[in-house]
Amino acid sequence: MNKVRFGHSIVPYLFLLPQMAVVAVFFYLPAGEAVRSSFFLEDPFGFSSTFVGLDNYADVLSSTEYRRVAIFTVWFTVLVAFFALAIALLLAVKADAVLRGAKTYRTLLMWVYAIAPPVAGLLGILLFDQHVGPFVDIASWFGWTLRIGVNYYDTAFAMITTAVWYQVAVNFIFFLSGLQSIPRAVREAALIDCRSGLRRFFTVTLPLLTPTAFFLLVINVTYALFDTFGLIDPMTKNEPGNNPVTLVYKVFLDGFRGNDLGGSSAQSVILMIVVFALTVVQFRFMERRVHYA
Amino acid sequence: MKPYGIAAGLAAGLSLLSVNSAFAVTEISWWHAMGGALGETVNEIATNFNAAQDEIVLTPVFKGTYEETLTAGIAAFRAGEQPNILQVFDAGAATVIGAKGAVKPVQDLLEDAGASFDIEDYISGVRYFYADSDGKMIGMPFNSSAPIMYYNEEALEKAGVEAPKTWEEFEQIAPKLKQAGYIPLVQSHLTWEFTENFFSRHNLPFATNNNGYDGAEGTKLLVNTDGLKMMFAKLAAWKQNGHFEWYGTGWSDNQTPFEQGKVALWVGSSGSFGGLTKSATMPFGAVPLPYWEAIAGEDGYQSFIGGAALFAMAGKSEEENKATAKFFEYLTSPEVQLMWHKSTGYVPVTNAAYELAKQQGYYDETPQAEIGIQQLNMKAGEWTRGYRMGFYVQIRDVMNREYGKLFTGETTVDEAFKAIEAEGNQLLERFAKTGS
Repeated sequence: MNKVRFGHSIVPYLFLLPQMAVVAVFFYLPAGEAVRSSFFLEDPFGFSSTFVGLDNYADVLSSTEYRRVAIFTVWFTVLVAFFALAIALLLAVKADAVLRGAKTYRTLLMWVYAIAPPVAGLLGILLFDQHVGPFVDIASWFGWTLRIGVNYYDTAFAMITTAVWYQVAVNFIFFLSGLQSIPRAVREAALIDCRSGLRRFFTVTLPLLTPTAFFLLVINVTYALFDTFGLIDPMTKNEPGNNPVTLVYKVFLDGFRGNDLGGSSAQSVILMIVVFALTVVQFRFMERRVHYA
Repeated sequence: MKPYGIAAGLAAGLSLLSVNSAFAVTEISWWHAMGGALGETVNEIATNFNAAQDEIVLTPVFKGTYEETLTAGIAAFRAGEQPNILQVFDAGAATVIGAKGAVKPVQDLLEDAGASFDIEDYISGVRYFYADSDGKMIGMPFNSSAPIMYYNEEALEKAGVEAPKTWEEFEQIAPKLKQAGYIPLVQSHLTWEFTENFFSRHNLPFATNNNGYDGAEGTKLLVNTDGLKMMFAKLAAWKQNGHFEWYGTGWSDNQTPFEQGKVALWVGSSGSFGGLTKSATMPFGAVPLPYWEAIAGEDGYQSFIGGAALFAMAGKSEEENKATAKFFEYLTSPEVQLMWHKSTGYVPVTNAAYELAKQQGYYDETPQAEIGIQQLNMKAGEWTRGYRMGFYVQIRDVMNREYGKLFTGETTVDEAFKAIEAEGNQLLERFAKTGS
């Protein structure tokens, strides 16, 4: 035991205290409460509650509707994360190569980031509206009757498009700064060795971008799972009906709209477990492939 | 909206302090879901009430949609910060009434305050919807509406037909309306207009346990039944041959094409009247919601009310409850009811107010405004007083989902109603467990 040891002092714990207090009040306490109430069926006003054991979980997991929502959430997350990252990377690479008017170009691409999610959702509705939406007109040129709120898949298409559009700006900013932090010497060396731009990108630039890309992957999956709530809410117009919704939105629907506290809590506990598992997987298996310069 | 409410309350409080510090002023609050023009009318009622007397100051606060208002009220109740008056919509009534001790029945509230109360003063269609199984009124019907059918006058003229009284008549005229270049039929709320009111218009049972009034335990939906299935099989068939169109679950997505003059008949709310006069691009009229003569006989039965009621929350001092009772008395006075009726299109809830409107000749100028109240005053039956089901918001969501699947060809009538019955009954069973 020749570790360096500092004298015991409570000072470091005091410094940690505010942070721990915030985490305890805003995460552990509500999370614990969610776990507790997921084992009860409670009347909304809190007069009486019945312990039902794992019934809430059984009801949720055996529901075909819940399965449908879960499957949609997986597709939604994969598609949103993939397209948001791919489009942003393409734009960043191209923007990085622009010499004249680079600043204006970049600012224009980042602009969307300043819009609040519900506003983006409203813009999505306006663009895809059945009666006045311009995108519906454009789709009709190709013989596609795009009907948001009527056709399940059309609504899903509109939601994914809006969610991708909104997230591209954030990804673009990170990818661009990632590209700019690649040492000039490395790029020039690569230029001498290889003439093909595409090949240079895949063998030199992309590996050097992996720390950024990995970080963004985590961020984008979280975004698609949780932060798209603000987009989905206005796009379903407060009427879930036959529209696709994500798991987080379903927690809101059952808990806040339907006042089913037990069922909603069980769903949010399931979601917590899923996110925990996902994070472990991402860091365990994906981070190995990340190349930190 | 909350800061506004607080500011208004503060301002009102301060001004009263300075003017009337000798009097003890009782402050009461009213959380409601009336946005836009409706909210302005609510504020006007509150202002007039505050000006009419100097013992009570009422502060109305807008809380968002019906669902949001109910959730806010529940959360506030759990924190002991509930308002005196909470507006709760039809589908949320079971939640509030089912939780014994959350509200003070309006009948008790008024009688305790020494006010006269007679349930017979209320028009027949609204009387028992928010009452318990013994007929005691729990919530005060406030913004009450009926689903009625609006027609595009130009369309009917062009097709040379009359607005239909029954669905059988509709089947006769639909091809002519289509030929004249119109979408014959559109509606805005499949659950309220075509499901709940289907049972009321035809006097059919909607759920066991006396439509749920006799308690949540063991209540089961009766939706997987021939009558309702026939209605939706017809709707699906009409959609197939272009006699009916569906624009999703959102209310206004379906109202818009009617306003644009593309649609001949639109089933909306009697409360839509005020808005339509401003937004419709063509002259329009209204008739009662059609019914199947084959099921209901010669005339249809009255419909359930839509809209919402005001509930006096429990846990308030006697003084405040008295003030709330005073306001309810004011609100149901014929003059206030008439003003509300005229500016919003919602029906007046008392017979006296209806009489006053007739006396003043209001319906001679605007006959469309009377259709809703006429429909609520039609003959009553065993199953027309209302329904009481917990987690009904979710049950409506299940119905809307299945109806959506039906109209996009993803499911069949049989499958849809089997799913609604199964999931609905499961929700009812869950709700019954919350209360025990």
